[in-house]
Amino acid sequence: MVEATNMNPRETILSRIREALASPRAGATKSPPAQPIGSQAAAGSKGPTLATALSWRATGADGFKDRLELFQKNAIELRADFHLINSLDELKTRVKRLKASEGWNRVASHGGELTQAACAALDVPLLWTDRGYAAADLEACDAAITECDALIAQTGSVLVTSRTAGGRALSVLPPHHVVIARREQLLPDLTAAFELLKTKFAPDYPGFISLITGPSRTGDIERILVLGAHGPKKLTILCV
Amino acid sequence: MSAAKIFLKQSGEVTRDLRQRELVHAAMGKYGAARTQAESRFQDWEAARVAAADIKDDAIHHLDRYLGEFANKLEARGTKVHWAGSGADAREIILKIARARKARSIIKSKAMTCEEIHLNTALEEAGFRVIESDLGEFIVQLRREPAFHIVFPAMHLTRRDIGELFARELGCAPAENPEELTMIARRVLRKEYMAADIGITGANFAIAETGMVSITENEGNARLTAALPPVMITVLGIEKILPRLEDLALFLPLLAGAGTGQALTCYNSLYGGPRQPGESDGPEEFHVVLLDNHRTSLLADIEQREALRCIRCGACLNACPVFRNIGGPAYGTTYSGPIGSVITPHLRGLQDWKHLSSASSLCGACTATCPVHIDLHHHLLRNRRNAVTQNPGFLERQAFRLFAFVVNRPALYSLATKVARALQPLHRRIQGTLIDPARPWTQSRELQPIAPQTFKEWWRQRT
Repeated sequence: MVEATNMNPRETILSRIREALASPRAGATKSPPAQPIGSQAAAGSKGPTLATALSWRATGADGFKDRLELFQKNAIELRADFHLINSLDELKTRVKRLKASEGWNRVASHGGELTQAACAALDVPLLWTDRGYAAADLEACDAAITECDALIAQTGSVLVTSRTAGGRALSVLPPHHVVIARREQLLPDLTAAFELLKTKFAPDYPGFISLITGPSRTGDIERILVLGAHGPKKLTILCV
Repeated sequence: MSAAKIFLKQSGEVTRDLRQRELVHAAMGKYGAARTQAESRFQDWEAARVAAADIKDDAIHHLDRYLGEFANKLEARGTKVHWAGSGADAREIILKIARARKARSIIKSKAMTCEEIHLNTALEEAGFRVIESDLGEFIVQLRREPAFHIVFPAMHLTRRDIGELFARELGCAPAENPEELTMIARRVLRKEYMAADIGITGANFAIAETGMVSITENEGNARLTAALPPVMITVLGIEKILPRLEDLALFLPLLAGAGTGQALTCYNSLYGGPRQPGESDGPEEFHVVLLDNHRTSLLADIEQREALRCIRCGACLNACPVFRNIGGPAYGTTYSGPIGSVITPHLRGLQDWKHLSSASSLCGACTATCPVHIDLHHHLLRNRRNAVTQNPGFLERQAFRLFAFVVNRPALYSLATKVARALQPLHRRIQGTLIDPARPWTQSRELQPIAPQTFKEWWRQRT
C-alpha cells in the first residue's frame, strides 16, 4: 500500500485503484487469468454498445403509426391510460371529464403551454410548483398535470426532467399523474431518448431526469402486483 | 461460534421449514416465468450480456479515470462527493452530515451498500430515527430481521404474517389483502417522507460522462426519498461506474429483465445535483458517498476482478438450488447466494468465509443466468483452491493421500471394496445415529449402496 498520511481520501482510494490495476495478483497461485468474456471487443471499440442496445426488442417503430401502436400496447400491459387527442378543445374536455369522474378538489401543475391550456379548463384551486411550494400542499392535491420530454414506444415510458415537468416531486406525490405530450415527442427507443437528452441539454443537464414506466407498483407481498405503492396509483398519458 | 458453524446451523433450520420453502419456491416460479419473457424481448440476449460485460470491464479497467470524471462533474454542480475507504469511514461521514444538520428523522430507500456498512445500527445508536421506505424492507425492519433476498426482502412471508405484523407494530385494523396492506404502509410512510430531515438512497449506476447517479425502483419510494427531505445522501460502491449516459439504454432493461423479469422497472431516475438554479424543488444539499471497503482488493485479483461487474440483480440467487432452499439470512452476509459466496471472502476474509464456496453443487446455473457474464461457479472453485493453498487442512490432506494410495493399487482397491461390501449391512443398522462415522452425510441422507458386483467381476463371470 502506498498510503501516505498526507493524502486526502480521494487520492488514497484512487491510488489504491491504480496500484490494484498496475500490479495485480492472481489468487494464491500463478495460474493464468480467466479469459474475460468478449475481451476482443473491449479494447477501444465502441461497437457492441450501441449496436446491442438498439437491437433490444424489435421496436417496429419506423414511422409514427408503428410507434403509436407499440406505445399503446405497452401502456395497456403497464396499466397506464393512453389517449390520442386531436385538438386543444378535446384536451380540455378530456381533463374536465377526468376531474368530474374522480372528483378532483385540488390540482397541481407547472407552467407550460399545454398544462396551462388544460388547467384553464378546470374549475378547481390550482397549485403551481414553478416557484417553489410547500410539500404538504402538493401532497393534498388529487392530481398532477405535467408535460414531458418524450414518450418511448419501445418501453411505454414517459421521460421527464425537473426542468420540463415541474420539478422532482410533482410527478410522483399526487395519486394521479396526467402527462400531456405532443405527437412529435414519441420516440422509438431508449437509445433515442438518451440521444435527445444529450442534444437538448448537454452539458447543462437538469438536476433530475426520470423514465416513468407505468403507475407506481410493488410485488413485495407474495409477488402480487399492487399499484400505487408510494407514487401515483394512476398514470394517464394524453398525446396531442 | 464460527461463521461456518452458524451457517450450518441456520441453513439446517431453514431447510426443515417446509412451509417457507414452499412459499419461496412459488415466488421463484413466478420470477422464472417473467424472466423467460424478459429475455425474449431482446433480439439477442447473449449479445446483450457480452456487450454489458464489455462495458463493465472497460469501466473497471479504467476505474480511476472514470471515478475522477464522475466526481468532478458532480462537484461542478454543487454536490459534495465523499470518499470512504472503509465502512467505518462511510458511517463517520454520514453521522457527521446528520449531526451538522441537527437531523432527527432519516428516511431510507433500499441500499445494499448501507446494509454492508451496518448504517442503520450506527445511526440508531447515535440517536437518529431511521425508517426504511421500500415496502419489503419496511416489513423486515418492523420484524427486526435481515432481508431474505437482496431484491425481494420479504419473499418468505405470507400476507397473513404481514397482516399480523402490521396490526401488532402499527396498531392498525387486521388486514390480509396485499392491496390493503400496501395502502397501510403507504399511509404510514407518507408522513415519514414529509417529516424526514435527510433522505438516504443507494444507486444502481454512476454515470461518469455526465456525473449522475442512476436509481432503479418500482414503488416511487426512492423518488420521494430523494425529492422531499432537505438533504439527500447517496451511498454507492466504487464499482457502480458506467462510462457513458447511453450505456443505460442497455443496462436499464438488462437489470429489470434479470432482476424482476420486467421490461423496464417503473422509475429509473438520474440525479446530477441538489436543487439547481431555477428549479422548483429538490434537496438543498446532495452528498455522494463513494465506498471502497475492500473492493480494491478484489480489483487487485486479476482472476476474480470480473466479479466487480455485478449489478446486484439477484438473478444468481433465484437460480441457485442452495439459495432457494436456505434463503439469504442463513448466509450471515450482506450479499447472499452465489455472488455473495464469491465476493464475501474478498470483502471479509477468505478463511472465515471459505465455507460458502463449498455450499454449492457447482451446477453452473448462476453462471448461465448472470446478465454480465460473471463466471460465478468457477470463482467458487478458485476460492476453494485459494483457501487450501493459503491454509492446507492436515486431516483433509491425509485423507486424500490415503485415497490416492488405495486407488493407485488395484489389488488393495478391490480388497477395500469387498470389505466395504461386507460391512455395509452392519453400517445400515447404525446409519445416521451418533456412533455412525459417516454421520455428517447420513443424518439427512442415505449412503449409496455399494454395487453387489464390480464391473470387472461381472465381466469375468460373463465370459
